[in-house]
Amino acid sequence: MTSATGHISVFLVDDHTLFLAGVRSELRDDFTILGTASDVGSATQDILRTGPDVVLVDVHMPGGGGAAVIAAVHKERPGINFLALSVSDAPEDVIAIIRAGARGYVTKSISPADLVDAIRRVNDGDAVFSPRLAGFVLDAFAGDSPRPVDPELDLLTPREKEVLRYIARGYSYKDVARELVLSVKTIESHVSAVLRKLQLSNRYELSRWASERRLV
Amino acid sequence: MAGVAGGLAQRLGVDPVVMRLAFVVLAFAGGAGVLLYILMWLLAPENDDAAPTRPSGTQHAAGVGFITAGALLVLRAVGLWFGDALVWPVAVAAFGSAVIYARGDVPHDAPWSRLMARFPSGLAETLGRASPLRLVAGAALIATSMAAFLAANDALAAARNVFLAVAAAATGLGLIAGPWAWRTGAQLAEERRERIRTSERAEIAAHLHDSVLQTLALIQRAGSPQEMVSLAHGQERELRAWLYGARSRSDQAMLGAAVESAATRIEQRHHVVVDVVVVGDRPLDQRLEALVSAATEAMTNAARHSGATTISVYVETTEEAVTAYVRDSGSGFVIDAVPRDRGGIAHSMNDRMARHGGTVAIASAPERGTDVELHLPVKER
Repeated sequence: MTSATGHISVFLVDDHTLFLAGVRSELRDDFTILGTASDVGSATQDILRTGPDVVLVDVHMPGGGGAAVIAAVHKERPGINFLALSVSDAPEDVIAIIRAGARGYVTKSISPADLVDAIRRVNDGDAVFSPRLAGFVLDAFAGDSPRPVDPELDLLTPREKEVLRYIARGYSYKDVARELVLSVKTIESHVSAVLRKLQLSNRYELSRWASERRLV
Repeated sequence: MAGVAGGLAQRLGVDPVVMRLAFVVLAFAGGAGVLLYILMWLLAPENDDAAPTRPSGTQHAAGVGFITAGALLVLRAVGLWFGDALVWPVAVAAFGSAVIYARGDVPHDAPWSRLMARFPSGLAETLGRASPLRLVAGAALIATSMAAFLAANDALAAARNVFLAVAAAATGLGLIAGPWAWRTGAQLAEERRERIRTSERAEIAAHLHDSVLQTLALIQRAGSPQEMVSLAHGQERELRAWLYGARSRSDQAMLGAAVESAATRIEQRHHVVVDVVVVGDRPLDQRLEALVSAATEAMTNAARHSGATTISVYVETTEEAVTAYVRDSGSGFVIDAVPRDRGGIAHSMNDRMARHGGTVAIASAPERGTDVELHLPVKER
């Protein structure tokens, strides 16, 4: 896979057609748009048929949402990278789509330039954390797990917490690297490690935290 | 009646109910209980508060039970006796009553649980915990005693007839009224659900009217794209908090909500976007209100002077401290170039925070934006 942006192919999945059209026109100059879909079934089919590098997927959709698309696609093509894109969503939905396999989560209010940047990053196999997602993770991993089943997965290292805290404060990866006197690559690997923990941890607090914040 | 049973119960450390029942049983043994009661009433000292109150325990209650039984046997041998057919059923019924009403369910009642520990574990656990079981056991004892009484008095045959008649009548009534009652119940439940749905819908409508519709109207009248964005952003935040926000368990005002609403005010006043991320939360108190005020001051400064269109606010609450960061990626400034005693920063933030044991740290450089850190240790009280 190449990082030359013109060669990154993108597929868009969202059930709001108006939004779909907007994003499509924003990204047209930077990426090759392979197609769009607005429901889980056709999205899964078309993604597997066209084989894009990156899929932008809405968290909330009828029929299982973005998580269902990721699960269905990854069963056959685990190499396709997903970036979750959504309006303000419930924390448990965001955590759920990350755990389903998305490489990151950004809100729909993201600026076009930041979205282009995020897609490139996901294409490179890195993780994309919005400040809000970083906040969710810090909240969910707050405190010491009473009985960490697997300390490797259930706890964040102090450095990872530090990086996440900067991201939650609105720092870009580049800013974080400058503050901590580290390379951007190192920041990226820390964030990827956090993403992996988020996806694989069985930490009890993770589900409890999400359910406590549930609506109703 | 005259407090004899109660006083004695207090002395012996048993439930007064047990004591009273013992007197009742003994009363049936040729009136011995009545005599004893009067005698004790005459002899007992006036309620002396110095009497140690022993914890009522099952062992003591059982002791009283055994003494009563022993007294019964002695009285029977002596001849003070109304007859087996009367006294034994009364004694069994009294025991049943004691099982039901005596306060044996005092939590962590050691003797009780020790007694229970002798039963197979499953049974012991159920008996020890569930008072319904005691209710059933007591009721069974009373029913047995009544049956025994009736049998001994050749009245069981009549009782059986009465029971059959009552059972037949109840079945008939059930067949007649049952379906109707069931349907009425279902209808009532449906009506109740409908009422709840209606009131929920009204609540949602009221909320949307006060928030989203107002904002949409404002957006249509907005003069600049910047203003539109900030209006939309503030509304988004408000709606998100309403939909997904962590509801505080009480009506207590929380730190997170206070920061969010401060951010909304800044957005509306200065037409900027304020991104708020809150990790952890705690009820608002005077010190935290000072922190929120200082953070608001920082946001205002960023909105007014930095030229940035987006301000990031991050508030983290841990066991030890609350830390708030306000960051903009605007013009920034050289800190030393600002006179120490000048306006906003010096007074509002530093003083406010220092008064409550907190600290302020400001990092800024031209063209790199400004980052304000407000730190407030949590005092354990």
